[in-house]
Amino acid sequence: MAVTTETREQVKALDKYKYGFVTDIEMETAPKGLDEDTVRFISAKKNEPAWMLEWRLKAFRHWLGMKEPSWAKVSYPPIDFQNAYYYAAPKKKPTVKSLDEVDPELLETYKKLGIPLAEQERLAGVAVDAVFDSVSVATTYKGKLEKMGIIFCSISEAMQKHPELVRQYIGTVVPYTDNFYATLNSAVFSDGSFVYVPKGVRCPMELSTYFRINASETGQFERTLIIADAGSYVSYLEGCTAPMRDENQLHAAVVELVALDDAEIKYSTVQNWYPGDENGKGGIYNFVTKRGACRGRNSKISWTQVETGSAITWKYPSCILQGDNSQGEFYSVAITNNYQQADTGTKMIHLGKNTRSRIISKGISAGHAQNTYRGLVRMGPRAEGARNYTQCDSLLIGDKCGAHTVPYIESKNRSARVEHEATTSKISDDQLFYCRQRGLSEEDAVSLIVNGFCKDVLQELPMEFAVEAQKLVAISLEGSVG
Amino acid sequence: MLEIKDLHATVDGKEILRGLSLSIKAGEVHAIMGPNGSGKSTLSYVLAGRDGYAVTKGEVLYRGKNLLAMEPEVRAAEGVFLAFQYPVEIPGVSNTTFLKHALNAVRKHRGESELDAMQFVKLLRETMKKLGMSEEMLKRAVNVGFSGGEKKRNEVLQMALLKPAFAVLDETDSGLDIDALKVVSDGVNSLRAPDRAMLVITHYQRLLDYIVPDHVHVLAKGRIVRSGDKSLALELEKSGYAAFAKEAA
Repeated sequence: MAVTTETREQVKALDKYKYGFVTDIEMETAPKGLDEDTVRFISAKKNEPAWMLEWRLKAFRHWLGMKEPSWAKVSYPPIDFQNAYYYAAPKKKPTVKSLDEVDPELLETYKKLGIPLAEQERLAGVAVDAVFDSVSVATTYKGKLEKMGIIFCSISEAMQKHPELVRQYIGTVVPYTDNFYATLNSAVFSDGSFVYVPKGVRCPMELSTYFRINASETGQFERTLIIADAGSYVSYLEGCTAPMRDENQLHAAVVELVALDDAEIKYSTVQNWYPGDENGKGGIYNFVTKRGACRGRNSKISWTQVETGSAITWKYPSCILQGDNSQGEFYSVAITNNYQQADTGTKMIHLGKNTRSRIISKGISAGHAQNTYRGLVRMGPRAEGARNYTQCDSLLIGDKCGAHTVPYIESKNRSARVEHEATTSKISDDQLFYCRQRGLSEEDAVSLIVNGFCKDVLQELPMEFAVEAQKLVAISLEGSVG
Repeated sequence: MLEIKDLHATVDGKEILRGLSLSIKAGEVHAIMGPNGSGKSTLSYVLAGRDGYAVTKGEVLYRGKNLLAMEPEVRAAEGVFLAFQYPVEIPGVSNTTFLKHALNAVRKHRGESELDAMQFVKLLRETMKKLGMSEEMLKRAVNVGFSGGEKKRNEVLQMALLKPAFAVLDETDSGLDIDALKVVSDGVNSLRAPDRAMLVITHYQRLLDYIVPDHVHVLAKGRIVRSGDKSLALELEKSGYAAFAKEAA
């Protein structure tokens, strides 16, 4: 596994951003701009039940009165929400019946992305629900999962086939009034994934969604809902890429997780949206709301994220620890290079007794980038014996970047314990010279040192993701030294 | 193997090496002794190519090539190895991973195939067995939490794996008790070979009881003031550096 050397070659061959190609497929789009008709158009396209449209419209009306949040340590010019398409779908709409019917050009795109969509090429044990722009085009492995009673499909499909489940849970973790971007998402979300794992079932494979923004000037608003019923377990992987474009694109997703008694959800993300060029032109605005509710006793939700892409990342995967003895975890690596900005962290809301949370955050900043960890740990009055441990480490490469740590701690229970540790360090000249004296190039040395710095988080990722993540770490820091 | 001619070098604008000349042939072990501040460590860093050490005059030929024109990693790949006085800690990177990356980088430069995980572990086990080292230290992060002795042994292990043509040992004895000194010296001695040269830099004669040099040089104020065989080291031990410092003045 000469990851670093291999990576260097890859990077050379791929000319910086591997995923920066555009697929030429005829798209069907909603008229540009955003009003109630846009919302109706999307809902009609998806043949949604009336309650769904009503919910969307409530969200839209609420959104009109909201202001964009400004507390994050990120800066960007105002977004013109009227100058974007809110729905884009490939015109030759592929049916889900068989992979053979999928547009070969789409399959080619997935090949370039390295997703083995065809069953015979699949990663062992990974079922992929691919979201291409706004419509989920193919879902693998469905049969096997169905036998176990596991539902894994696009949220549009779930709305048709399992409306009662969607209706019972959607918006219960992230209400449509939650925040500016989540509310916008509630009004115009176009697709996403839906997972339901029945009582006592342990999902035998990693479920995976690969998001990709293709069309120009489209926002992507996925909505993902995962429900783990009592005593069940599921591990979900999410990977993201986007083509290179000069203009900025908005991505405002919402992810809701619900874990009932004794259930466990592990949610892993590798986010590699286009970060913009080395002068900060273009790139994705990644304004995402992710939240999990540990509703049941002894339930557990674990977020692991590797954030290397996007021009701006604004994201706080959180856990509401409602059930007694429930557990929340947040493992994060956020890498920013050039002019990227990341304001990311988590919220651990302890409501139940003996709830536990663990936060390990590794921020790496290079070039002119700004990297902020922002995290809230709240111990509610009922949270007897609750515990939190937080560790925030920042690594700086060069002297023009910044790292910031903003912890918020609120405790309303005397028996609760909160620990917070933070460090900031630089890659030392001694370390670089030592590595080079042993034959490693400066870039390989940086990649090795940074991977070591992130190790506690990377080892939380499922195997096939961990290798990819290591390579991404190296690619993201390309050109950051020397 | 190595030809140093009239080498002058500055650190932060201050001249530390002032006309150092030295010739080392394949198969030889040379020792450089000298008081603090005589330029011993500067010499090792200049040979390894560390930033901040500026050569103002003179040249260094290594196997007929201009060593000073090469990047540090190229020197390493060409077979120049520096055993550090203070080996550096790299948190989170396991010793095995580090060694494998280093070896494969060097092998690649030499036109040899890179070793896969299985091949590498096999080689590593064999090498450690030869050196009488425990595998326990492979799992830990590079030099993190290592004792002084373990750090130096780790340097010897790296040397044994990378098989350099020319090795500089910078105060390898510092911080070692007598048992550790013996283990490290045995390791170094086992690497002596007709096609390999070594430069042992030390403050004390003690090390040279274990690693017996072919030539001994006394460094004072940035140049070599006396050269001789191993008896010179013993003489130095008796008389101290003061007499030589005067010669350099």
